[in-house]
Amino acid sequence: MTNSWTDIRNTDLAVVMGGNAAEAHPCGFKWVVEAKAHRGARLMVIDPRYTRTASVADVYMPIRQGTDIAFLLGVIKYCIDNNQVQWEYVKNFTNATLIVKEGFSYQDGLFNGYDEQARKYDTSEWDYEIGPDGFAKVDMTLQDPRCVWNLLKEHVAMYTPEFVERVCGTPKEKFLLAARMMGETSSPTKAMTSMYALGWTQHSKGSQNIRSMAMLQLILGNIGIRGGGMNALRGHSNIQGLTDVGLMSELMPGYLNMPHENEVDIKTYLSTRQFKPLRPNQTSYWQNYPKFFVSLQKALWGPVATKENDWAYDYIPKLDKPMYDVLQTFELMHQGKITGYFCQGFNPIMAFPNRGKITASLSKLKWLVIMDPLETDTSRFWENHGDFNDVDTASIQTEVIQLPTTCFAEEEGSLSNSGRWLQWHWPGGSPPGEAKHDNWIMGQIFLRLRELYRKEGGAYPDPILNLAWDYANPHEPKAEELAKEMNGKALADLHDPKDKSKVVTKAGQLVLNFSQLADDGTTSSGCWIYSGCFNEAGNNMARRDNADPSGLGTYAGWTWAWPLNRRIIYNRASADMQGKPWDPSRKIIEWDGSKWAGDDVPDIAPTAKPEEVGPFIMNAEGSARLFARGMMKEGPFPVHYEPFESPVPNPINPKIRGNPAARIFPGDLAQLGASEEFPYAATSYRLTEHFHYWTKHNRVNNVLQPQFFVEISEQLAQEKNIPLGGWVRVWSKRGSVKAKAVVTKRIKPMICDGKTVHVVGIPLHWGFTGFAHKGFGPNSLTPFVGDANSQTPEFKAFLVNIENTTPPEGN
Amino acid sequence: MNIEVSRRGLLKVAGVGAAGTALGALGFGAAEAATAAHVRAFKLARTTEARNTCCYCAVACGIIIYSKGDLRKGETAEITHIEGDADHPTNRGTLCPKGAALKDFVHSPDRLLYPKIRKPGSSKFERVSWDDVLDRIARLMKDERDKQFVTKNAQGVTVNRWTSVGFLGASACTNETAWLTWKVVRSAGILAFDNQARV
Repeated sequence: MTNSWTDIRNTDLAVVMGGNAAEAHPCGFKWVVEAKAHRGARLMVIDPRYTRTASVADVYMPIRQGTDIAFLLGVIKYCIDNNQVQWEYVKNFTNATLIVKEGFSYQDGLFNGYDEQARKYDTSEWDYEIGPDGFAKVDMTLQDPRCVWNLLKEHVAMYTPEFVERVCGTPKEKFLLAARMMGETSSPTKAMTSMYALGWTQHSKGSQNIRSMAMLQLILGNIGIRGGGMNALRGHSNIQGLTDVGLMSELMPGYLNMPHENEVDIKTYLSTRQFKPLRPNQTSYWQNYPKFFVSLQKALWGPVATKENDWAYDYIPKLDKPMYDVLQTFELMHQGKITGYFCQGFNPIMAFPNRGKITASLSKLKWLVIMDPLETDTSRFWENHGDFNDVDTASIQTEVIQLPTTCFAEEEGSLSNSGRWLQWHWPGGSPPGEAKHDNWIMGQIFLRLRELYRKEGGAYPDPILNLAWDYANPHEPKAEELAKEMNGKALADLHDPKDKSKVVTKAGQLVLNFSQLADDGTTSSGCWIYSGCFNEAGNNMARRDNADPSGLGTYAGWTWAWPLNRRIIYNRASADMQGKPWDPSRKIIEWDGSKWAGDDVPDIAPTAKPEEVGPFIMNAEGSARLFARGMMKEGPFPVHYEPFESPVPNPINPKIRGNPAARIFPGDLAQLGASEEFPYAATSYRLTEHFHYWTKHNRVNNVLQPQFFVEISEQLAQEKNIPLGGWVRVWSKRGSVKAKAVVTKRIKPMICDGKTVHVVGIPLHWGFTGFAHKGFGPNSLTPFVGDANSQTPEFKAFLVNIENTTPPEGN
Repeated sequence: MNIEVSRRGLLKVAGVGAAGTALGALGFGAAEAATAAHVRAFKLARTTEARNTCCYCAVACGIIIYSKGDLRKGETAEITHIEGDADHPTNRGTLCPKGAALKDFVHSPDRLLYPKIRKPGSSKFERVSWDDVLDRIARLMKDERDKQFVTKNAQGVTVNRWTSVGFLGASACTNETAWLTWKVVRSAGILAFDNQARV
């Protein structure tokens, strides 16, 4: 989230599209209800299903899953055509005025530089014209036909209300109502918030779904303001934290990148990451990259990381692929190239697509280690459960090791919520049986592995032998010690940059925050964006001052938010070119003639002049990108592409299947179904009574929602003669499930491209272990293909067939 | 801590009367109100409290865990009740249908109690000791790493990677556990490292 849950109270229009906050995030959704009740805000829901969020909305409209980009580009076109644009914001805070190279072009669904065989683009022409002064060229009058604004205008021209209706199935009048309501928030005194979740990410073009809305929010001037923003409603208690700390194949903590093997030394690695400003006076904060990288290496390997050995650059493994995401990893496992696998609190056979392939892959492992507080379906993937897990146990030669861990209630530490608040928590109970904390388990695994290398030697033991491990009890590092390690400390006296005679932080002390980090080995920090969380003032994440002096929901004294306790990021954009708030009633910060100050930590250098320095300090342009340059795999502007499995052909270019730049492995391409055989458009979702595959182990939740079902419209039920509560079989090219049929008015057929499209809804909470009735998940059916940029699997749009059947066996 | 003690002390004295009155106003009969008031006092006076966060979605509602026994004194603590934290700015004491049943998660009959191993081809898990199982894991890792570790690629560039073992991190772990996990996984050279963030 750019903003926080409590900030939603300040909105005028909450748009829930690609999510279902009332059911998946009920206590956060209360802030929408608060905004409706106390400031007359309106709620708009755009979803294939009439969800519980829709049931309290002012406006609801259906949309076929997988067509959000067509809808949103339609809104952008409407705003441009009807002058619903916050011009001062767009001209100064976005790259609308920058001039794009002549080589960039777009035609019939494809940009220049496409290689169909490789499913990849050459992105080199997707960039700005650079002037003789070394900066990107601009045209502040927006007259140049090659400026981003005019290219965008041309790009969205085809997304007319008629096109939107044809593709999305949203009636034209409803779409125009949405466009009008959103467009009204282009007023500097109106705010719209976008609340989304996996309904947007789980598509083969998920990143561009989100980009489309972010572009619209920029055009409306709704980023960086109270009640505005792009708010990803994250689904797990610490999914934000695990991303921040870089538990992803291509990431290091704090969104630093793992080096690729073609970055042969540290010089090459850093040379592309120091982001020279593209416009005069801009912050381009990633210029500090070397400070964060060197401080991380010092946190990892302490005195062994020196300038002479390139800060132990060789200790970091080098990538040979863009990433080892879970789809890539299970593809390798399926090919027999992975021997061992660890699952720390994860249930892949229910969570990853094409369950048949996942089970086959796990069966090829020599060993699998599970760390979990609960039984999981994955830990028993080898056990036969009739129709629910029909495997040949004896033939599965995988050794499975199951380790019992503590749960949240028995452990201490911080979790990062959706709004980037790092909230410390304390244990309330003793672990059951012999369950152990994850820190103890990871510590034990490490110490024993290190001991083996000490005794026996072996393959390149240096990074293991030299890993910094200065914990009071090496067997179980404490949460506070680890938090301090992430915050970072001074390894030598740190001096005031303005007065070198003054020591600001003594050697051995914790650094104040990342502004003190250096690239000369005098500081360490495990995660630069978390620096400031635990400094000499104490554990800031444990703060519990819930005062809110502004009355606008800032809560600056409650725990700690990254970065620098900033609650609304890009908040410099809440003020105009003179530094005055666009809307005084929503003031966050203001320029007083010499500095920025206000209720939140300014997202700009405190003395940066408002007319000179742009608000998007991480970007070399200083502005936000309506045109993404070469940073998105499938193009600088979003384009509507159909899902890989779609009931209708691509309306722009019928030759294109799915996202043309999405990676798909040959075996998975062969397992895609067509609409002739699988005529119904399926989607997956959560229920409010359950959390993933956890609550099927709880009595109360299973009393509330006991059994797996699929949800269909009355019209489809009638067509297929399916009774309410009857058993149905739902199958795709990859698998088959049996479920009770729930026939509802919440799903209605849509007309798309002249054709009736029926939606089949499939919730995701069941499996073959637990308290609940045995059931299936949507992943038995879904395709093994992900978003071109993030590789998030396409769980939200795929094709199935459905028929009446008999009950499953093995329950 | 002092504030905590005085607040709890105050509630012990004053809370019973206040709770009784409030419950009466909600339409409880005298007997039910008296029972409820008694239970309330029991919870406040006889249990320890810990501030925690709901383990489900990233709204991250504040919760209070009530236990018999005090971990801070080195005692064994059994969780008896979990409720929303009224001081928390986001949820202000409320919980959703999942959060309201958190105690069922903590005390689920499917909580794992002991390390176990399922041998290749076997149809059951067998209990093992922590010491043995951790030695086993370290040995499996060491042998596989020694066999498959790649120090240089075909071009002779130092790559120091290990791609035959993967690790999935858990998005319910703390940031501190995540950092520790990162250290252990990356120092071993593992590249196939991911979490729920993009699934």
